[in-house]
Amino acid sequence: MAIHLKETTKVLVQGFTGQIGSFHSADMIKYGTNIVGGVTPGKGGIKHLDRPVFNTMKEAVEATGADASIIFVPPPFAADSIMEAADAGIKFCVAITDGIPSQDMIRVKRYMRRYKVSDKMILTGPNCAGSISPGKSMMGIMPGHIYMPGNIGVIGRSGTLGYEAASQMKEAGIGVSTSIGIGGDPINGSSFKDHLEIFEQDNETKAVVIIGEIGGPQEVEAAMWSKENMTKPVIGYIAGLTAPKGRRMGHAGAIISAVGESAAEKVEILQECGVNVVPNPSSFAPIVQGVLDKAS
Amino acid sequence: MDIHEYQSKEILSEYGIPIAAGGLAYSPEQAAYRATEIGGDVWVVKAQIHSGARGKAGGIKVCRSEDDVAKAAEELLGKKLVTHQTGPQGKVCHRLYIEAGCNIEREIYIAFVLDRQNESVTVVASAEGGMEIEQLAVEKPESIIKIAVEAAVGMQPFQAREIVFALGLDKTQVNQAVTTILGCYRAMRDLDANMVEINPLVVTKEGNILAVDAKMGFDDNALFRHSHISELRDKSQEDVREMNAADRGLSYVGLDGNIGCIINGAGLAMATMDMIMHAGGEPANFLDIGGGASPERVSKAFNLVLSDENVKCILINIFAGINRCDWVAEGIIQAVEKIELKVPVVVRLSGTNVELGRKMIEDSGLQLIMAETLKEAADQAVAAWKETGK
Repeated sequence: MAIHLKETTKVLVQGFTGQIGSFHSADMIKYGTNIVGGVTPGKGGIKHLDRPVFNTMKEAVEATGADASIIFVPPPFAADSIMEAADAGIKFCVAITDGIPSQDMIRVKRYMRRYKVSDKMILTGPNCAGSISPGKSMMGIMPGHIYMPGNIGVIGRSGTLGYEAASQMKEAGIGVSTSIGIGGDPINGSSFKDHLEIFEQDNETKAVVIIGEIGGPQEVEAAMWSKENMTKPVIGYIAGLTAPKGRRMGHAGAIISAVGESAAEKVEILQECGVNVVPNPSSFAPIVQGVLDKAS
Repeated sequence: MDIHEYQSKEILSEYGIPIAAGGLAYSPEQAAYRATEIGGDVWVVKAQIHSGARGKAGGIKVCRSEDDVAKAAEELLGKKLVTHQTGPQGKVCHRLYIEAGCNIEREIYIAFVLDRQNESVTVVASAEGGMEIEQLAVEKPESIIKIAVEAAVGMQPFQAREIVFALGLDKTQVNQAVTTILGCYRAMRDLDANMVEINPLVVTKEGNILAVDAKMGFDDNALFRHSHISELRDKSQEDVREMNAADRGLSYVGLDGNIGCIINGAGLAMATMDMIMHAGGEPANFLDIGGGASPERVSKAFNLVLSDENVKCILINIFAGINRCDWVAEGIIQAVEKIELKVPVVVRLSGTNVELGRKMIEDSGLQLIMAETLKEAADQAVAAWKETGK
């Protein structure tokens, strides 16, 4: 099963012909992602990487039947591209772009409320490394080979920390059903909780790892939700124990600006909610293995 | 990006927020001249630094003569003010704002923030002005009024009225207060601010509304469309190393420890710092060199980390994805060959082509300590740091 993306998922690339879009599109195609075309306004009609290029998302969806898109559009225009994807009927969208203004994202989130829940696009990111269902499909900029197919769901903010966790698990023979990057921005498309709900329904996923960090309410929200609703075990890590208050740690959203946003406070709430906490970032694999052993 | 009080007031007054007469001064003479220009018999001399709680740090002085104004200015200019927001190193005052004094009847707190929970602009107000919001949230949470703004239509007058009546303002002040609140919201929206705070907003004995302090912060990601805001940047208020890093496309935060960190990715950087702490050490900095880890970036990162005298050891942790480890290794070798290394360096590579990358570093003959896992890297860095202390 896996969630959001499968072998058959038809993917469009927004910002297809740009340098970054081209580079990662080639890599995704190599991995086996079913990329059916791309959009670059003004370049419609040409072929790029052997796939058709369209001027608008509506045209592209109509011609290809695509249901997913990945965005490499520069920050000033990225919010517009996300809304264009939603309006064209895309169901799953990955926004890689880093640096989208927060108020643009507030408008995007508001815009997406015009769709019925059943028609609503799931947006991940912005400022994320993307998502991957190992062995099936990859929509992102990650090195695909570090993920082994399996039955652990992963949801994380950070790119390279997610890679670290995935490769530790691969080393220990633990595979991943789907890994979702939700990104490091303060206002993001979807939260840990949004994807926990979907992993809970997925037959192939036995447990879920959430990789959070300082700042914002989403890790705590997910832990509280899982306490009431998850039958599958949840494993959690929060990065930033050494982060001082009020300082932005790289990610636009990684800043402790309110009570409950520090790593120590989040870890405490995760524990209270029954999440299996990974005490330090070198022990993802043993903690996950321990949870799996206990469950079987 | 933060700006000064006087700059915030200038912006907000264009949006209809009432402020007192005031002027900027860079010298005691200029300060006295401003006081004469403003007129009246009470002035407030305010140190312009990027921090709240300036009053407690002695940065705000009430004066009753032009001579007093000049004296206060003399004292404040060039002075380092330390508040809980500046950290122990403090911030130096280079500019003063001289403002007409007013008769305060009551003080109100009002702020506009980006609320991550609601994913909207939210107004936070309290009748307990003058206090800081963190303090209010702990001591008088019941006094806090919160209203979320619907992004599709913006803030509505009824929402501003709800706040004004909840604050218990007199009916003669309602229109003025509503104009102030709606004006702040428009400024926030138009200029991509991520914070507007008026603390306190006062009601004068004469019954007028007046913004006595004002603070604005802006979304760095949106500065590209507000060049006139970017121009308000005061580099003297920013940490030199962090600014240098930002100019080079690196993300750096200086801390108090001894182990310098060079890492790709913000999450991995924070996790590596946690690991150092776990191993009994303390990180000297947060440094994200970005996903790529090109030779140029690695060498810039070295210079940056080594500019901190407290650094006794460096830990490099790079997860190479699309950019393979052999390429990253080449960058590290090139960078290390260029500088004279006086501290031990622990290198941990992982990801694509990791064996090749490690072999290249081992074969280079450079005195680099190689680590395989994150734990090993942190343990070795802490051990190397302790060794330097002997």
